[in-house]
Amino acid sequence: MKAPLLKTPLFALLFALVSLGAASLLFMHPAAQGTLPEGSTPGALFWAGTLLMAVLATQSVRLLAALDGSRWLGVATAALFGIWIVYFWQLLVVAFEVPRVLLPPPSLILQSIAQHSDILWGDFVQTVLKAVLVGWAVGSGLGFAVAVAIDRQPFLQRGLLPLASLTSTVPLVAVAPIAVMWFGFEWQSKAAVVVLMTFFPMMVSTLAGLKASGKLERELMVSYAASYTRTLLALRLPSAMPFIFGALKINATLALIGAIVAEFFGSPTSGLGFRISTEASRMNMPLVWSAIVVAAVTGSLAYAALVQFERRVAFWHPSVRGV
Amino acid sequence: MVTMTKPASLMQQMQHRALPVLVIALFILIAWYLGAIWMNAAGAIERVLPSDAPWTWQQLVAATMEMQRPVLPAPHQVALDFWSSLVDWPIDSPRNLLFHVAVTAESTLWGFVLGTLLGLVLAVLIVHSRTLDRALLPWIVASQTVPVLAIAPIVLVILGSLGFSGVAPKAVIAMYLCFFPVTVAMVQGLRSPQKIETEMLHTYAASRWQALWLLRLPASLPFLFPALRVGIAAGLVGAMVAELPTGAVAGLGARLLTGSYYGNTVQIWSALVMSALLGLALTMAVAGVEKLVLSRRGGQA
Repeated sequence: MKAPLLKTPLFALLFALVSLGAASLLFMHPAAQGTLPEGSTPGALFWAGTLLMAVLATQSVRLLAALDGSRWLGVATAALFGIWIVYFWQLLVVAFEVPRVLLPPPSLILQSIAQHSDILWGDFVQTVLKAVLVGWAVGSGLGFAVAVAIDRQPFLQRGLLPLASLTSTVPLVAVAPIAVMWFGFEWQSKAAVVVLMTFFPMMVSTLAGLKASGKLERELMVSYAASYTRTLLALRLPSAMPFIFGALKINATLALIGAIVAEFFGSPTSGLGFRISTEASRMNMPLVWSAIVVAAVTGSLAYAALVQFERRVAFWHPSVRGV
Repeated sequence: MVTMTKPASLMQQMQHRALPVLVIALFILIAWYLGAIWMNAAGAIERVLPSDAPWTWQQLVAATMEMQRPVLPAPHQVALDFWSSLVDWPIDSPRNLLFHVAVTAESTLWGFVLGTLLGLVLAVLIVHSRTLDRALLPWIVASQTVPVLAIAPIVLVILGSLGFSGVAPKAVIAMYLCFFPVTVAMVQGLRSPQKIETEMLHTYAASRWQALWLLRLPASLPFLFPALRVGIAAGLVGAMVAELPTGAVAGLGARLLTGSYYGNTVQIWSALVMSALLGLALTMAVAGVEKLVLSRRGGQA
């Protein structure tokens, strides 16, 4: 049975594009550009246009959301919804003349990113390339190494695992002032906080992963008379990969949070967390939002990169093959 | 293979579980003392010990244990400071740690309750609306990869310029941190009933509300509680971070910050211990409710 015209992906996408095209026309209205003469309010025409756009937006998202099919339709739906949110954010913030302190329009944030790209790049290098990357690698590496080291020590495991699970309930980031005292204001103290925050999730996950191989496979290795090391390398570590990557992904977010919040406690004059807290106290909100956009994009890209990497490494695993 | 399994005696269980933890804890304590001696030695030689007369290593060790502003305070120093802050000052004095705990816990709990409610409502909406499911849920899931705590200063500025101060901004930050994990887990949980169960309710001509109340919500509880534990821990961090900007005088976060301003290390450490205990207590409270609810339902608790 052929789907009616209104229910095809092509129509939904076309409708979305036409709606967005019509929506962009509304920006020609002076109220949307913020160029209304002093004291006058946006006219009825503008509000009628805005209302129409609201209807178009809801309808276009609903049309696209109603479709079943490839993954890309889902991505397209979420993307369209995001675009509409940004659109109304821009339109309404400018039309209502919302103070910049409360909420700057997206265009101003973009402008601020372009304008302060050198500052933001410096912050990115300071926070992400130094503190986060080093702390994440060292913390995850240590967690992995300790887990493998105590793999054959059930006594140590029983002692360490309860303590490790306690740390997930404790605000570890609060050690930042101590880290600053010990390692100075520079990125090393932030990396130290990140190491502490990422160590335990990795250790716990790796230990769980090392136990994840099936009994059948382990017995096969025994029947081959494979040594402990051989079994570890050929069977147990590979089958632990989904757990290890799970921890790496969680740790990427944790590391970013840890480094940024640690900078709230005291930092040199650059870094994303420093930028956010100082510019917020100066009420320079577009720059604060810019730093947050940089942090958010970094977080999502790091996550996406790790997902891709996992697909390469653990391509054989059912969770990756989608079985 | 048949094995004889005798129920382990309490003594054996204790040995099996508690002994390793105690050994590790003892090891950490010893390492802490050694670290305190090692890290404080330089300062002790410079400031405490007589510079003109010779001193023995016993004097050095004793000095590192009793420094005014140690690099790493010895455990007993922290314990003493912790204890004296609880006992020597009235409960409404800012020198009493319980005062700060109350301030932080209040905003954490407010945020936790509001965030959980918001998450529940949104999850119910998402489960019942295909549009929200396809358009909004991906953004909520993606937000888990973003350091959302970073917008805390913005929330403070916005609410501050709208005239809110005190508990409200901190609770809002704790709220939105709790909200994300609860929403994601609840959407999963509300969808967890098997097809056969939803179809049975359908044959009973149960309405959507009845299906929600009788089937989906009960089925989602095992998903909800782990998210609540994550949420309350995240909310505590949020409330503490919200206490950082200058001006905040009460709360564990402010206590940490003033400690680091004045180089009062013992104060930082006891605030740290207190925030760890608070985190533990909050999570245990959630776990306690979980046990109560799930065991009453005859579940796997």
